[in-house]
Amino acid sequence: MPDAKVSISFTLNAEPCEVSFAPHKTLLEVLREDLGLTGTKHGCELGECGTCTVLLDDHAVLSCLVLGQACAGRTVRTVEGMAGAALHPLQTAFADLGAAQCGYCTPAFLLTAQALLEHNPKPSRDEIKHALAGNLCRCTGYIKIYEAVELAAAWMRGEKAEPSREALYGRR
Amino acid sequence: MAGGKKKADGRSGGRAVKEHFSDGPPDRPTALRVIGKAHRKVDAVAKVTGATKFADDLALPRMLYAKLLRSPHPHARIVSIDTSQATALYGVKAVLVGKDLPIPFGILPVSQDEHTLCVDSVRFIGDPVVAVAATTEEAATAALDLIAVTYEPLRAIGSPEDALAHPEPRIHDYGDSGNLHKLINLEFGDVEEGFAEAAVIREDLFFFEGNTHLPMEQHAALAEWSADGKLTLWSSTQTPHYVHRALAKVLELPASRIRVIATPNGGGFGGKSDPFNHEIAVAKLAMLTGRPVKITLTREEVFYCHRGRHPTLMAVKTGVTRDGAITAMHFRSLLDGGAYGSYGVASTYYTGALQTVTYPIKRYKFQGARAFTNKPPCGPKRGHGTPQPRFALEVHLDKIAEELGLDPAELRLKHLQPPDSLTANYLRVGSMGLGECIRKVTAGSGWRDKFKRLPHGKGVGLACSSYLSGAGLPIYWNHMPHSGVQLKCDRSGGVTVFCGSTDIGQGSDSILAYITAEVLGIDPFDIRIVTADTDLTPVDLGSYSSRVTLMSGNAALQAAERAREVILPHAARKLDVPMTRIVFADGRVFDVEEPDRGMSFAEAVQVAESVVGTVGTVGSYTPPKSPGRYRGAGVGPSPAYSYSACVAEVDVDSATGIVRVPKIWIAHDVGRCINAATAIGQVEGSVYMGLGEALMEEMTYRENRQVVHKFPSLLEYKSPTTLEMCDVVTYIVEDPDPNGPYGAKEVGQGPLLPVMPAVANAVYDAVGVRVDEVPITPEKVLKALRHKQKGDAPRYGPNAFPEIPWPEPTRVPPPWEGGDGKARDQAATLAGGVREERQH
Repeated sequence: MPDAKVSISFTLNAEPCEVSFAPHKTLLEVLREDLGLTGTKHGCELGECGTCTVLLDDHAVLSCLVLGQACAGRTVRTVEGMAGAALHPLQTAFADLGAAQCGYCTPAFLLTAQALLEHNPKPSRDEIKHALAGNLCRCTGYIKIYEAVELAAAWMRGEKAEPSREALYGRR
Repeated sequence: MAGGKKKADGRSGGRAVKEHFSDGPPDRPTALRVIGKAHRKVDAVAKVTGATKFADDLALPRMLYAKLLRSPHPHARIVSIDTSQATALYGVKAVLVGKDLPIPFGILPVSQDEHTLCVDSVRFIGDPVVAVAATTEEAATAALDLIAVTYEPLRAIGSPEDALAHPEPRIHDYGDSGNLHKLINLEFGDVEEGFAEAAVIREDLFFFEGNTHLPMEQHAALAEWSADGKLTLWSSTQTPHYVHRALAKVLELPASRIRVIATPNGGGFGGKSDPFNHEIAVAKLAMLTGRPVKITLTREEVFYCHRGRHPTLMAVKTGVTRDGAITAMHFRSLLDGGAYGSYGVASTYYTGALQTVTYPIKRYKFQGARAFTNKPPCGPKRGHGTPQPRFALEVHLDKIAEELGLDPAELRLKHLQPPDSLTANYLRVGSMGLGECIRKVTAGSGWRDKFKRLPHGKGVGLACSSYLSGAGLPIYWNHMPHSGVQLKCDRSGGVTVFCGSTDIGQGSDSILAYITAEVLGIDPFDIRIVTADTDLTPVDLGSYSSRVTLMSGNAALQAAERAREVILPHAARKLDVPMTRIVFADGRVFDVEEPDRGMSFAEAVQVAESVVGTVGTVGSYTPPKSPGRYRGAGVGPSPAYSYSACVAEVDVDSATGIVRVPKIWIAHDVGRCINAATAIGQVEGSVYMGLGEALMEEMTYRENRQVVHKFPSLLEYKSPTTLEMCDVVTYIVEDPDPNGPYGAKEVGQGPLLPVMPAVANAVYDAVGVRVDEVPITPEKVLKALRHKQKGDAPRYGPNAFPEIPWPEPTRVPPPWEGGDGKARDQAATLAGGVREERQH
């Protein structure tokens, strides 16, 4: 017979949330299975690939390694909470530059980048690489992701920035 | 509104990247407005908001969860299976074993050697034996522990050499001999004569270790059986059409009652191109229980599905003149196929097919063998069977250039396969931009100043390659189109494109939109795309062999042009303008000489619909017939070949053997970009995956027979992170091919191929040792350096190619020796056959 459920309250994407779930469930499972928020993906469920990254109290964490119960009273942000009426600048930049190919790792990259930019509004290329080093992407070779993070960071600092012609067209 | 009006800021909506979208000047309405620009993908917003529904994101009411019990033995007979305790477990709704689904399946008609669940024997650790469906994943997992399977272990075959030495016990009861699945022997001209003409003859051995696709999304499938006897399967597959066929065959259902929907793939790279046993298992479990059943493989199980790069041992012998012209080449390959056929017969042919399309080879002999071994099955991974021989060929050429005292770039530039030509093995080359690619990367990288001129420990290497833009022949024999499109023009002005193609992240849905938008003069983001649903969309064979842009693109082009032809005369009559002056652009249909005289696209559809009725068209694409007529000529032909050249720069630490790649310059002849931004993305992604194969990725095994997977986990299977990925400078070369839509050729796979040999050649330039094997790991570099210190051959790599019982060669005279594409003996046999028929 299944375990008796536990209930917790926490803040999810800036809204109060109450949810009941089997006590062994990870935050990843609670989000996907009990709250229907399937924007958070999984690649291994062992903490190896970074694909399930969400923001817990403003820090990027692997939701497959966090127990749901451990989130009581805390603040969780997922990809579903990124866009309001308009896309978040990171989402716009990822879409414009093709930083999302298959899109499976994309929510995790977006949230990891969001945490980075909230702590460091003007990261260098190396700082971006280090911040994203725990997230695997098999499609892009990461380059369009770096370029998108840099573009979004510039927009978020209020600068008028454009994708470089080389990023969109290569060299000819 | 006149043509060419600037679009509003595209940042917030689903628009193309602003200002690059509509820079076609209004006075040139015939110029391309969509094709070649940088756009967002049509599904980009869904991808960045997490809205895209992948297979495991789907859930249906009363859904059950399936789990598979997999074999712990590499090779064993199944003596008995007791599922009684599992069946009795609370929550378990159905249990399936092999004999419940006795009909075999497989992607190729010649190797229908897989069962949904093993029937009599298991062939690798991870082969599925029992399937369980339960109300929760926990119950299904618990049930697996209650199943008792008795096995009688058999000798396991761990390598192709082992398979050659031990024809018994046979892993399969079919194949060319013993545990050899396939043996190929093809000869195009007399290579011995060619070697006699050579000034220099060189022989080298190479080994390419196996590796896997590692898509971030684990395979998942959801099946639903309706009370009226219809089956629907949602699956993360690259080939819904082939899954459809396999389901009909194994489940013995009419195909018309089965619907397969390929969900957007969270990465494929070839790893989701076979029909898989878990897909058939959930379908059967849904039929048995009358409830939806879902399975999501664990990451460990994804490693067992595999179908990745074949480990391949290669021997190459080439004769060249003093200036480097190839007089003859003899290429041998031995592939470790793993436990099942998969695409393996095609993979084996591919290790010998595309050597000929880059540099002219006057006489060519190819011998290829594929062995069955008791390991997860190998199959098609990005480049399918061609990265291994390309690695061998390009490193081999580097050695030849050195022996001849020629610059490796000059050697290649001197001997380029001409455009519009036939190769020795009857591949028809159309547009050929390799020369331009070489010039771009050598100029960009400063090749002349770096090659042989950098300090010890630093080096540069060059390599080239070519790849198919779609296989010229279908997987199963038929004369039907390879890709079909239906197009609906609604009186609202809405256009919907229906196509069986599958978006695996490469952007194939977007290609349909851009091409349709170009022809009909509408915004690609106003077009609705319906794809990869066997009930709703005409067949497209699938996302493999880099075929989709060319084939579904041509089908979309035909359908859109036909829609334009349907609408145009009625719009012209209404506007009272000669048909030749009518232009479709910027959402309008208007007079090119008097742009204000026009109507909206929606009005034009209404005018046409009022006269001809509902406006809908179809388009389809079938590749041109290949000139090769010999047995085996089906693998290699393509409507068009892409070309790539690559320069890699490396830092090699002689103390640790660690190779770092700071930068790669790559040029790719894509024919023409349909979307410039996604083309760049494919090139960069290919370089990334090639870098992983060059330096670290390997699917390796342990234990005394080398059959236990060493590390079926994402952490232990090393792939490049942001910290290993190099800088990439991408050059796009556009040499339009008449067979491609707007001249487009492939870009998804080709740019991976030159990366591994370029890195290997750069390592030699850096420290003077050859690592004739990938991945180039630190220990291999150190061993090669030690050999050099001791005065031995400064090299690490294989030293022998085993004796293989090759069949009699199929002799095909090349075109310049009067050949007609048929085998010599075959021509005689055919003539004999004709005579015999006449006698009757």
